[in-house]
Amino acid sequence: MEPILQVKNLTKNFGGLCAVSNVSMKINPGELIGLIGPNGAGKTTLFNLLTGVYEPSSGLIEFDNDGKKVQLGGLKPYKITAYGIARTFQNIRLFKTMTVLENVKVAMHKNIRYGTLAAIFRLPSYYSEEQWVEEKACELLKEVGLYGKRNEQATNLPYGEQRRLEIARALAIQPKILFLDEPAAGMNPQETAQLTDLIHRIRDKYNLTIILIEHDMSLVMKICERIYVLDYGKLIADGNPEEIRNNEFVIKAYLGEEI
Amino acid sequence: MPKQLLCKENLAWLGSAIVIFVVCSLLMNAGIINSYYQITLYNICINIILAVSLNLVIGICGQFSLGHAGFMCIGAYCAGIVTKMMPNFGGFMIGLLIGFVISAIVALIVSIPTLRLKGDYLAIATLGFAEIIRIVVQNMEITNGAAGLSGIPRLTTWPLLLAGVVISLIVVCNFTRSAPGRACLSIREDEIASEAMGINTTRYKVIAFVIGAILASMAGALFACNFYVINPTQFTFNRSIDILVMVVFGGMGSMTSSVIAAAAIGVLNMILQNFSDIRMIIYGLALVIIMIFKPSGLLGTREFSFKKLLNRRKEK
Ligand SMILES: Nc1ncnc2c1ncn2[C@@H]1O[C@H](COP(=O)(O)OP(=O)(O)OP(=O)(O)O)[C@@H](O)[C@H]1O
Ligand SMILES: [Mg+2]
Repeated sequence: MEPILQVKNLTKNFGGLCAVSNVSMKINPGELIGLIGPNGAGKTTLFNLLTGVYEPSSGLIEFDNDGKKVQLGGLKPYKITAYGIARTFQNIRLFKTMTVLENVKVAMHKNIRYGTLAAIFRLPSYYSEEQWVEEKACELLKEVGLYGKRNEQATNLPYGEQRRLEIARALAIQPKILFLDEPAAGMNPQETAQLTDLIHRIRDKYNLTIILIEHDMSLVMKICERIYVLDYGKLIADGNPEEIRNNEFVIKAYLGEEI
Repeated sequence: MPKQLLCKENLAWLGSAIVIFVVCSLLMNAGIINSYYQITLYNICINIILAVSLNLVIGICGQFSLGHAGFMCIGAYCAGIVTKMMPNFGGFMIGLLIGFVISAIVALIVSIPTLRLKGDYLAIATLGFAEIIRIVVQNMEITNGAAGLSGIPRLTTWPLLLAGVVISLIVVCNFTRSAPGRACLSIREDEIASEAMGINTTRYKVIAFVIGAILASMAGALFACNFYVINPTQFTFNRSIDILVMVVFGGMGSMTSSVIAAAAIGVLNMILQNFSDIRMIIYGLALVIIMIFKPSGLLGTREFSFKKLLNRRKEK
């Protein structure tokens, strides 16, 4: 099977600091992948490279766009998103003073087929498209269990719900690949269990490839089929949960022992 | 015409516009709004258009522009020059359209390099561009240089002014409540997240900026054909600040508050007319106080809405 995303020798330097160093990965369609590593290992930086927030210092990011290979390195974030690559943020980045529903609608932008003039003059296309957008956004909110709160300001939601709204917003992009940056951070065990269900459900329902960063090892070991481990910007291991659990480099990275 | 346009809410707005039009017309005819008050009323209308259009750029899209007077200047001179040659309604319309086109083109040229800048840098860049516009106007022959234009026919009438206010409110509100408007709001809230959601942020900043510029040029045209004379000193940095004060006073992002602030400041200006030095001090102080104690403005982002009002009554 052709990988949907292939990363080759990806490197990112911040001045003298090498946050991501020579990382190569192959992600197959439909996989649920974990990305773990100690604090400051470069996990978020890797996501930022893959979604265009940062430009790689060197290396390639190859995306399989329905059989056609495209290079994502150096593209603007909105162009990468247009290929069907969505993400959530570790330090939640919702549109705070907009409502829950509007947050989702913003992410549907690229599929809305009316322009500024149709909006200003309220042409029929405005009404028909907005009706469709409303229905679809409500459907997504029901998916993550936030439909009842659709008219609240995003900033007023409790933490766990904000994380779920970020997922709903990412789904509104109709992604093929979904990057989740610490989706369970700050959640209680019950919320984490719900999240686990949600991740499984959306992967099957929308045929997603999911890559998630997470510090909650029980969650990662439970749901990920394959795990990559980063330490000081370098990939030190990959394999299924069993292999990772027993990998001596991983144990050392986490326990902080010198080799 | 889409049937949704005839909803209760829109009819309520239409009704209020008609009531305002009729009441003010009657008061003017009866002489209760005498020519002195009339100047204030006309000023308020022009300021509402300016404040609402600047609010689109600053309050909705989150881009701090200090160059609004520049676009007003373009609109004023286009209307002034054309109506001096064609002193009738047709001439006004032609001048207005030329103003739209030129201000839109200038806004495009200004915005593409400057809107990549953020915060303070953007403010300074837009300020610089507005000064360039003014200085160009000051040195051109067709605009009659520093002396400015005089004897501009008085074509700005009450119906025309109110139409200008209504049109600019409709444009800005319709825009805000649409996909492009949501894109602008999301840029204001979090530009990185906005791009990650697939929004071409530069494009929507430019769109908001151009719409703002076109509406400001409309205000300029109404201004020129109201006061007989225009000259470059009317469109300095001070004018941009005046408009900014209205937006900040009311609340960035709320059109209701821009309208109220423009009206309140218009009335205050009339009362304090003979104390113009003190006036600027009072505004300066008021601005500082608002920034410290209520940075979101008097109303914040709240909007008056007939829809909410009608729904509330239904619930009771
Ligand atoms: N914009 C930046 N400029 C300079 N250094 C940065 C920047 N972003 C990240 N870094 C550095 O790169 C390293 C990796 O950071 P990153 O946020 O990717 O870690 P992480 O694996 O996501 O950690 P955590 O688990 O704490 O989220 C850190 O040392 C961080 O300080
Ligand atoms: Mg991180």
